[in-house]
Amino acid sequence: MYSQGLIGADGSTHEDAAFLEAFQKRVDAELKIEPNDPMPAGYRKTLVRQIAQHAHSEIVGMLPEGNWITRAPTLRRKAALLAKVQDEGGHGLYLYSAAETLGVSREELVDQLLSGKAKYSSIFNYPAITWADIGTIGWLVDGAAIMNQIPLCRCSFGPYARAMIRVCKEESFHQRQGYEIMLTLCKGSEEQKAMAQDALDRWWWPSLMMFGPHDADSTHSDQSMAWKIKRFTNDELRQKFIDATVPQAEFLGLTMPDPDLKWNEQKGGYDHGEIDWDEFWRVVKGDGICNRDRMKARRKAHDDNAWVREAALAYAEKTAARETAVAAE
Amino acid sequence: MTEKNTPLWEVFIRARNGLSHKHVGSLHAVDAEMAMQAARDVYTRRGEGQSVWVVRSSDIVASDPTEKETMFEPTGSKIYRHPTFYDIPEDVGHM
Ligand SMILES: [Fe+2]
Ligand SMILES: [Fe+2]
Repeated sequence: MYSQGLIGADGSTHEDAAFLEAFQKRVDAELKIEPNDPMPAGYRKTLVRQIAQHAHSEIVGMLPEGNWITRAPTLRRKAALLAKVQDEGGHGLYLYSAAETLGVSREELVDQLLSGKAKYSSIFNYPAITWADIGTIGWLVDGAAIMNQIPLCRCSFGPYARAMIRVCKEESFHQRQGYEIMLTLCKGSEEQKAMAQDALDRWWWPSLMMFGPHDADSTHSDQSMAWKIKRFTNDELRQKFIDATVPQAEFLGLTMPDPDLKWNEQKGGYDHGEIDWDEFWRVVKGDGICNRDRMKARRKAHDDNAWVREAALAYAEKTAARETAVAAE
Repeated sequence: MTEKNTPLWEVFIRARNGLSHKHVGSLHAVDAEMAMQAARDVYTRRGEGQSVWVVRSSDIVASDPTEKETMFEPTGSKIYRHPTFYDIPEDVGHM
């Protein structure tokens, strides 16, 4: 999702210089690009890819948390988690619609996910093992998502920007409910606090990877910045996230699993240790802990529900035929 | 399995009485009833609306983007349609 959606995105485009220059001028003037406006093929391709991967991430992202709905410790937590997971489903739908305005069908998009052709965020290939993981996901994963999505509200492509505005309005509850779970655990028994620390230990680095590769290794990022699809680089957003999150961990009394993490007065931000990029690429390429499980669950849901789609369509066709027959009488 | 593409619908919501219905997005549904239910679930989870319209996207007639010029340009020169075109002495007061 987000910056990871640009991995492998090929923004190359073949229009003539005058066309590209006119387009760039509109983008520079902060005029939104709407679906029927002329746009470079590379711009369209990059956006379809990024928005689709973002949508897939929302949908697959329902799985690790959905797994905990029946096991939430209280009715309050259960209602909140259910609402959050439902929101993520909604986010996926807003985003698929935005991608479809660029001329790709919903069926193609779903097919790309199920066939493994399209990717989704690496973060959802990690398991949610304990209840503290649900707190950590809300706090860190939704927190990182918010960091990425706020600048996307100003994306040059109108439908994506509008979808992001809706999404951002809903995300802040996600992060707050997660942090509240962490607060409760950290004020609880020794075991509960240890559970919170364990979850943070496992989720911290994968959360930092959500921002995508280092700027130096992030191909095609410059073109996306110029087209104002992206407003900040991966490293800039990652830094903002770290700076915002470290004090929140301190408030909880938890320790970030990074011995090299320390405040750098000069840059006014935290320095951090090296990210394990081998792990990142392994997960992106399909070898994370849960990649196979996630795909299996999505395919099963699609197959198991095929009869519903077929029955609904048959019913709609029958009703429409009956109405035509009555009208003809 | 012969799967047909599910039709696309546009969703319009009146946030509260006094405001007009506003386009909020789209969704897929096989018929009006399911489109309405999906619109409620997808677009009004936080009391965003008092009234919902769903319209089949294929029923919407849109202006042709390539004819933007001929369609809208003529009004550009009709500045006499705006109140600022008329000179009224300040002494007359607000008008
Ligand atoms: Fe989301
Ligand atoms: Fe979320």
